[in-house]
Amino acid sequence: MQHIVSVLVENKAGALSRISGLFSGRGFNIESLSVGPTLDSDISTMTIVTEGDDRIIEQITKQLNKLVDVIKVVDLTEKEYVERETALIKINARGEDRAEALRIVDIFRARVIDSTQNTYTIEMTGSVKKIQAIINLLKPLGIKSLSRTGRIAIARGDIRGASVREMTERRGVSA
Amino acid sequence: MKMTGSQILIECLKKEGVSTLFAYPGGVNLPIFDVLYDEDEIDVVLCRHEQGGAHMAEGFARATGKPGVILVTSGPGATNTVTAIADAAMDSTPIIILTGQVPTQMIGNDAFQEADMVGITRPCTKYNILVKDVNDLAQAMKEAFYIATSGRPGPVLVDLPKDVVRAKTTFKYPDSVYIRSYSPSRKGNKWQLKQAVQEILKAKKPVIYAGGGVLSSDATQELLTLAETARIPVTNTLMGLGGFPGTHPLSLGMLGMHGTYWANMAIHHSDLIIAVGARFDDRVTGRVKDFAPNARIVHIDIDPTSIHKVITANIPIVGDAKTVLTELNQLVGASGNGTAEKFKDWFEQIEVWRKEHPLTYDQSSEISKPQYVIDQIYRVTSGDAIIATDVGQHQMWAAQFYKFDHPRTFLTSGGLGTMGYGLPAALGAQKAFPDKLVFCIAGDGGIVMNIQELTTAVEQKLPVKIAIINNRYLGMVRQWQQLFYDKRYSSSDIGIQPDFVKLAEAFGVTGLRANEAKDVVPVLEKALAIDGPVLMDFRVEQEENCYPMVPAGAAINEMVFSDPIGPGPSEEMQKAKKAGGILTA
Repeated sequence: MQHIVSVLVENKAGALSRISGLFSGRGFNIESLSVGPTLDSDISTMTIVTEGDDRIIEQITKQLNKLVDVIKVVDLTEKEYVERETALIKINARGEDRAEALRIVDIFRARVIDSTQNTYTIEMTGSVKKIQAIINLLKPLGIKSLSRTGRIAIARGDIRGASVREMTERRGVSA
Repeated sequence: MKMTGSQILIECLKKEGVSTLFAYPGGVNLPIFDVLYDEDEIDVVLCRHEQGGAHMAEGFARATGKPGVILVTSGPGATNTVTAIADAAMDSTPIIILTGQVPTQMIGNDAFQEADMVGITRPCTKYNILVKDVNDLAQAMKEAFYIATSGRPGPVLVDLPKDVVRAKTTFKYPDSVYIRSYSPSRKGNKWQLKQAVQEILKAKKPVIYAGGGVLSSDATQELLTLAETARIPVTNTLMGLGGFPGTHPLSLGMLGMHGTYWANMAIHHSDLIIAVGARFDDRVTGRVKDFAPNARIVHIDIDPTSIHKVITANIPIVGDAKTVLTELNQLVGASGNGTAEKFKDWFEQIEVWRKEHPLTYDQSSEISKPQYVIDQIYRVTSGDAIIATDVGQHQMWAAQFYKFDHPRTFLTSGGLGTMGYGLPAALGAQKAFPDKLVFCIAGDGGIVMNIQELTTAVEQKLPVKIAIINNRYLGMVRQWQQLFYDKRYSSSDIGIQPDFVKLAEAFGVTGLRANEAKDVVPVLEKALAIDGPVLMDFRVEQEENCYPMVPAGAAINEMVFSDPIGPGPSEEMQKAKKAGGILTA
């Protein structure tokens, strides 16, 4: 089963490769991975989409937690969460295709963010299903290039996720 | 007063109580060695190969419980330590690896003797860090020692660019360290502990399965108390030997692939396994599907990833073995469990197994049996030596025939299985305990992998006694080839070998040889009488196999006790080979 794991990690050199190395070294899957800063510039948040049975997912979360630079790991799949992905899609757009492309863009509530005589670049944000759907519809027009962010996700409402505020409330040990 | 990075580094080591530094110099760590030249408080042990030096640090750490420290140069000096780092990671050995690095502005330029050590060792260290600013050095060192020695111990590498160790700053060593992303829990969950006691009270056929974690957390006394109060027999993993007295009536010896029959049978038939600081390694469990089918499992480990990794535990307890066992002992003591009567049938059954297939060998020929040599080492040392081994048959025989009564007296490469570990590990232990008797038991294959460290033994006046169990084969490889590859001894015949006695002498070490069984004790006694390192070449039966054995893929109750008898397919294969026939699988 697919899981979305949210990870708070120290924004240090090599942190990303520690995490990606853990996945490759232990034979875990990464479907997608996205990294970005949090309100605290010393901390990054990673959203990892991975696949595995309960035992593997348990190992993934435990192994992630074991990494010294990892502050918090939350398997969002166990909770209520919202997820989004953004895709930038550059398509061939000539003649009548231009109108067709705009109709599709309209239906999906996407946006054209760059236009040339021969191309449109479309920005689409939504669930993975939606992104896949617009890609399928645009394919016949000819997709020149495609860039996707990978999924990002966050726990709904008051549900505890991997937030910076919560993390700073945690107490560590000193020696 | 401002100090250079090199001076700060050495001050940090002193603050951490480091008095022995295993080291090898090179281009980029020259500034550090220059400081060491005038340093009285730190004893520098110059190894002859960085792998040897890093294994010495491991041996030092395993024998003392304190972190072992090695300082090497960049590039090849650093990459040479990687095997030992991986070894330390597998066996949870706290070592600090200080690697020189090319100056920061040259990093990434493929500079002379540059290697990305932080990148190379990321998967095999507990933590590693490249120090880019001399102002961060003291903090990095403090964290390195804290991380290496706390929680599940392990290797930590600190990469030190040349410009950083030459730059100057004011030195202030942090009094404490707080890492918000790292806080290993020590205490066990109270509710789970109570559940564990309930399991102990209910059990009729309990076994304690104790691993290296008992030694890491210094919990041998607590383990003994638990075993004696609740009257539960104890089996040790290879890494756990010495964590429970091997001669104790409740000791079942080692379990697993070459463990005792009674330990494996006890585990297989048990209704409760209390795992303490052990990780259900594949060499222990055999075929996982059929491991201890009727047992409830209490699993105590400081590393949460060890729990439910291989075997699902019924009562998982994450915590430090010493802390958890102390709490458990209080609860068990208060429950009034533990009369000999309660487990009478269970102990009787174990005795039956013990008598059914004892650890044995037949020393009737003139040539020594390898087990006989180890038996005699046990006798002449009165079981009171520190024993370091390499990897293979001799390692398993040492685990079987040497009864370790004391913690931190058996130094062996368990997880990684590193040939060449024994000699340097023995030297590291001897350096820590100059007055203790330290033996290295090695095979004729592994000993040559770090033989250069004999020079270190001579220079440092380390009177290590080295026993080569010499069967002119890579014994364990040959055993598997005999049993599973129709005796096709591919590349396992190492009959072409140096004259070990002359080799020892060339190094300035006393060399002795025992050609026959009758020579074994006189050679050992002679070696013990010599006040310096001695290398002994014990010529042993070439094709002796290590039994009992759980073949790969079998369950641990499916043990094999002797070579296959009668004209089996392997003999036919031999005939076919002699006749020049074509071999097919």
